[in-house]
Amino acid sequence: MKGKKYELITLGGSLGGIEALSMLLQSLPEHFPLPIVVVLHRLRNVKSSLVDLLATKAKITVKEADEKEPIKPGVMYIAPANYHLLIEKDKTLSLCISELVNYSRPSIDVTFQSAADVYKDKLIGILLTGANEDGAEGLQYMAEQGGLTIVQEPSEAQSPVMPLGALKRFKPEYILDIEGIKKFLLELDSYAR
Amino acid sequence: MDIGDDDIDHLLLKIKDQYGYDFTNYARASLLRRIIRFIRIHNLPDITELEKAVLNDENFFEVFVQELTVTVTEMFRDPSFYKAIREKVIPALGTYPHLRIWDAGCSTGEEVYSLSILLKEEELYDRSIIYATDINQKVLMQAKEGIYDLSQMQEYTTNYINAGGKRAFSDYYYAKYKRAIFDASLRKNVIFSAHNLATDSSFNEFNLIVCRNVLIYFNKELQRRVIELFLDSLTMFGYLALGAKETLALTGLANHFETVDKNEKIYRRIK
Repeated sequence: MKGKKYELITLGGSLGGIEALSMLLQSLPEHFPLPIVVVLHRLRNVKSSLVDLLATKAKITVKEADEKEPIKPGVMYIAPANYHLLIEKDKTLSLCISELVNYSRPSIDVTFQSAADVYKDKLIGILLTGANEDGAEGLQYMAEQGGLTIVQEPSEAQSPVMPLGALKRFKPEYILDIEGIKKFLLELDSYAR
Repeated sequence: MDIGDDDIDHLLLKIKDQYGYDFTNYARASLLRRIIRFIRIHNLPDITELEKAVLNDENFFEVFVQELTVTVTEMFRDPSFYKAIREKVIPALGTYPHLRIWDAGCSTGEEVYSLSILLKEEELYDRSIIYATDINQKVLMQAKEGIYDLSQMQEYTTNYINAGGKRAFSDYYYAKYKRAIFDASLRKNVIFSAHNLATDSSFNEFNLIVCRNVLIYFNKELQRRVIELFLDSLTMFGYLALGAKETLALTGLANHFETVDKNEKIYRRIK
């Protein structure tokens, strides 16, 4: 199937996203082959323990994205609060503080679009639960650039607005519940080994 | 929108030739976003037409520069940073009879007013001169006015309190027509001026340089240039404060500094 040709997974979510991501993260094995870039909407100017919270549940490394940091396999990078997270052509992470997009900074659209520009068809995009439509446009753009797109099954999502926002726009490769996304990621893992 | 690296290179080199503004070492991902946004806002068909318009009309170029370089900021953004300045930098600065401070990339001025407030409360303002610079002339004009949306004051007040503010934040501004007009005394010791970190050189010696969330817009080469510029512009044992996610590590110049606060990215020049 899918597998070897992919180089990066990007994942976005908002309301309920932390819980959904935690469930996915727990199932990932220690040497998961792909890097994962995550954008979750967060409160601005609040030092949150999101990374610590996620890291305790993970076998892979979870860290907040640093400026111009090279993207490494098997690491999960979390967009810092109050910054947009972008990806440079040389596959390093880049931060910026331009205006809010969809009332959000970090915005999922910003990261998804930037990742799609660099990784094209070597990219997997996953959009999880959320109470606004940030991420929908970015995921569509990703699909247009040849990336593989997955939307969380809206009926299962804690808030279906974000997944439905994407489904209104285009037809993603997969609509999966969390169990399905877990399975997908694990198959990806076994294929890449 | 299909914009290749070549298109951007071409545009930036033409701009550099014609206007002297050098954006070639700006971080590309964010630059690309700004360019696409500008093209959309101005209803241009593509980057070729953008290039023509920008090269044919200096006023339009000014508008373009403003869009390219505008950075959004807040008063007391990252309150813990200001707290660290109060606790770890102010005591040492207090030992000098006169203080020169450079706020590099001051944007619309929120950071300058925050610094002025902090210095006032620490009783250092009267012996301080703050140079507030930005590449963007339009934001400098806004910074000089010190007028902000009243709707933001609630958030800024929270920031101010968390930053260790000693008074009521509302002491520093008055409200008029949904605007918050900041006290003119807060810019009494501030010199606003255009300065381009990508091309201009050092213009004074400072006890503290604050340059937060500016380096993130530059590539590694330009980041190094700017840190060299700051080294040239700092007194021995002068302080350098960067944005929370910025680092000296990429510049190869970290050995000139000791770390004052690791999390808040406050450094001190030691050689």
